[in-house]
Amino acid sequence: MPSEPRGKVTINSNECKGCGLCVDACPPKCLELAPELTPYGVHPARYLGSACTGCGICFYACPEPGAITVYRMMPPPKSPATLSQEANRAATL
Amino acid sequence: MRQLCKGNVAVVKGALLAGCRAYYGYPITPASEIAEAAAELLPQAGGTFLQAESEVAAINMVYGAAAAGLRVLTASSGPGISLMQEGLSYLAGAELPCVIVDVGRGGPGLGNIAPEQGDYFALVKGGGHGNYRNLVLAPASVQEMADLTMLAFDLADRYRNPAVVLTDGYIGQMMEPLELRAHDVPQPEKPWAVCGTPETRQNLITSIYMEPDVLEAHVRKLEAKYRQAAQAEARYELYCADEPEVLLVGYGIVSRVLRSAVDLARAQGVRAGLFRPITLWPFPSQALARAARRCQSVFVVEMSTGQMVEDVRLALDGRVDVEFFGRVGGNVPLAEEVCQELLVRMGMTVDWGV
Amino acid sequence: MSDYRVIEAKSSVFFDRYERKPELQQQTHYCPGCGHGVVHKLIAEAIEDLGLQDRTILVSPVGCSVFAYYYFNTGNVQAAHGRTPAVATALKRSHPESIVIGYQGDGDLAAIGMSEIVHAANRGEKFTIFFVNNAIYGMTGGQMAPTTLVGQMSTTTPWGRRPSNEGFPLHMAELLATLEAPVYIERVALCDNKNIMRTRKAVRKALELQRDAAGFSFVEILSPCPTIWKMTPAEARNWVAEKMLPVFPLGVLRDRKLPPSGNAVPPQHSVAELLELAAPGEAPSTLQPPRAPLPGLAVNIAGFGGQGILLLGQVLAEMGLRAGQEVSWLPSYGPEMRSGSAHCHVCLANERVGSPLVEHPQVLVAMNEPSLRKFAAQVAADGLVLYNRDALPAGFSVPQARVYCVPASEIADRLGAAKTANMVMLGALLELTHALPAETALAVLQTKVRNPALLEINRHALDAGAERIRKAVPPAILTTA
Repeated sequence: MPSEPRGKVTINSNECKGCGLCVDACPPKCLELAPELTPYGVHPARYLGSACTGCGICFYACPEPGAITVYRMMPPPKSPATLSQEANRAATL
Repeated sequence: MRQLCKGNVAVVKGALLAGCRAYYGYPITPASEIAEAAAELLPQAGGTFLQAESEVAAINMVYGAAAAGLRVLTASSGPGISLMQEGLSYLAGAELPCVIVDVGRGGPGLGNIAPEQGDYFALVKGGGHGNYRNLVLAPASVQEMADLTMLAFDLADRYRNPAVVLTDGYIGQMMEPLELRAHDVPQPEKPWAVCGTPETRQNLITSIYMEPDVLEAHVRKLEAKYRQAAQAEARYELYCADEPEVLLVGYGIVSRVLRSAVDLARAQGVRAGLFRPITLWPFPSQALARAARRCQSVFVVEMSTGQMVEDVRLALDGRVDVEFFGRVGGNVPLAEEVCQELLVRMGMTVDWGV
Repeated sequence: MSDYRVIEAKSSVFFDRYERKPELQQQTHYCPGCGHGVVHKLIAEAIEDLGLQDRTILVSPVGCSVFAYYYFNTGNVQAAHGRTPAVATALKRSHPESIVIGYQGDGDLAAIGMSEIVHAANRGEKFTIFFVNNAIYGMTGGQMAPTTLVGQMSTTTPWGRRPSNEGFPLHMAELLATLEAPVYIERVALCDNKNIMRTRKAVRKALELQRDAAGFSFVEILSPCPTIWKMTPAEARNWVAEKMLPVFPLGVLRDRKLPPSGNAVPPQHSVAELLELAAPGEAPSTLQPPRAPLPGLAVNIAGFGGQGILLLGQVLAEMGLRAGQEVSWLPSYGPEMRSGSAHCHVCLANERVGSPLVEHPQVLVAMNEPSLRKFAAQVAADGLVLYNRDALPAGFSVPQARVYCVPASEIADRLGAAKTANMVMLGALLELTHALPAETALAVLQTKVRNPALLEINRHALDAGAERIRKAVPPAILTTA
């Protein structure tokens, strides 16, 4: 089973105007314009579902304020041992 | 304490007393003393004076200061007022209160710097684009330069609309006694202003309404406001107007000349009276119609080729004969000249008794 | 399932739903691929991150971004075409704590608003301008902009922009960088990912500088307009890189602190002090009848600019005021103060002054011959003429009036102050008419002449004028001379 991607993207098809700039800008090329049309008559961008690194570049390429939301995977929670180690280090500094 | 004061300076003193702390303007003869007095006085009272790069910039700075909720003043003369007309339309459209003083000079074009009343149409009838009005006040003395400037601020705030003090080079340049008294000037709340604060964050100042129905509703709202002002704000003064056979009508400096002309005419046995509009918009039409009710004729004198006379004719609606006498080019009619013209038109000969 | 957290999303500085927009309230009015949306996002993000939302006033221009206020949940003011810097100037000066952002396009800023932007920048107004340059008029449908490239087609340059006809594209960032006051000027471009992030940094920096009250900050943003350029959004972005960048080089043109200034600080006073107001309880100073009734007087004072004509009139009017009279002083004005003829009318009256124009003066003070010849005929019957020579011009007479020849300039010269000729005349006038008590003349002069030595000479001048009248040959003889 492939590992889960580091990031993911959601696209609000109410806002997307299908300009394609995000598709162009995406480094891992994990976005495309969908074949179907929105009620406005444009092909909206969509996430291919894998390979997103959560870099956020598509967000800044997109001219619509809220069309794209970018997520990044949370780091795994730290174990209590790691936390106390870090606390000790901080105390000695 | 009564002080000898120049009309233009009295404007700024009245403005200060009315709580005005912002002046943005551009110099022009014969209005420059207003900018000079503002430059001297406002910063000493914690206010702002800025000499703008043009009248176009000045009126848009007025727009900004008014949007920010301040009582703000500017002044100019004919050529500069022409440049401000764009801004006046925006100010009225965005419902921003402010006071503009026009110290009239000879036109059209560069004309000259001597006094004239040729800006009546430009300010009373409009001048900028669209359906709007200016509230227009016409002082006839140095004291009124201060008093009517103060009133202009109140009216501007009351109606959220530009108010204009329309005067001329003589009233602006002359010196007369001025008495100013300390009094509390209640500064109206302006919850609509944009101040860069949490409370005003939702506020928007604009004059653009793209939907025809929405713009129509906005213009109707302005119209209702103007109708209300027309009912409530007309002001005028009468002199010897008890059953006159002829009523002289003039505003500003001309009304001063006409006051003397009335005295001269009365000495000649003519029962003359004077009607002086203090507000030019709203024009005191009803009061004029009342005052002229039993007159044989109404004699309008202006330093123009006939601008206010149109409003006189509308007010009287053909019920009374309206005669007009005008001087232009910076010539101020003399009392004797007016009296002589009046008597000639009444079919009388003149006897000065000298 | 792993946990994902949001790292990039719509800024809270934007409205959730654009309720000021008449329709399609979930999206902007900009065309697909338009640069304005990106600039909006970068500004909103910076406002949010810097915590400036409550303090921000956005000034929208005329052009495609006229509706910026649909989107920004900040204070908003919409300005006339090109006037954003003027409006912003007064907003910022009215509320110095606010964060004022002017948003302008190329037509708005570099054509119709050239004057306003240059002067606001030159004054170092402490606000920020974001200048979106897409080398074309978008809102009006594709006419030439002042930044349109040479050869670039537009609806008003059908053969491409020709320098022989339209001149060359204007470089606003460079132009403003010739001024002293701006603290930060940078040109950036929305042409690729890297440059979008540079733009993000520039926008943020400009607002940080304003937050710190550093001075005028200006960011020019080269921006795509796919619709008017008739390109796909991707092509338009590339066109910015390939065509605009060579003409409008990117980079920081100004980044410095404002040098310390030597600004004078105006003294602060209460309004009552500034205006010499009557105290609240003080009785109104109505017209006080003078102890001995004074005659009213209408005076015309005429001469040459620089002879103190207007001051003489002012002193007379001020004296009347002090004596409880109604007064008016009406000057000739304008070029006269820069030499040429000058005159003023003074009315002293015991009731409200009607016309301040003196048609028939009871007294004419003629300080030179042209003034005498111009105004003598207007003098009232039995009036007075005071003429600034020891005799009337040969063959000239004023039959209806009494003429006194007072060589005031010569007398003043002998006193060592030629400029006091006007006071010699005033002394003569007061001695002749007894219109006002002569001692108030000096009291008034004390408020106008600060130099004690000069004041003393003025006193001598007043005395000399009066003395001349006391010793004068009866006027009847003079008029026939």
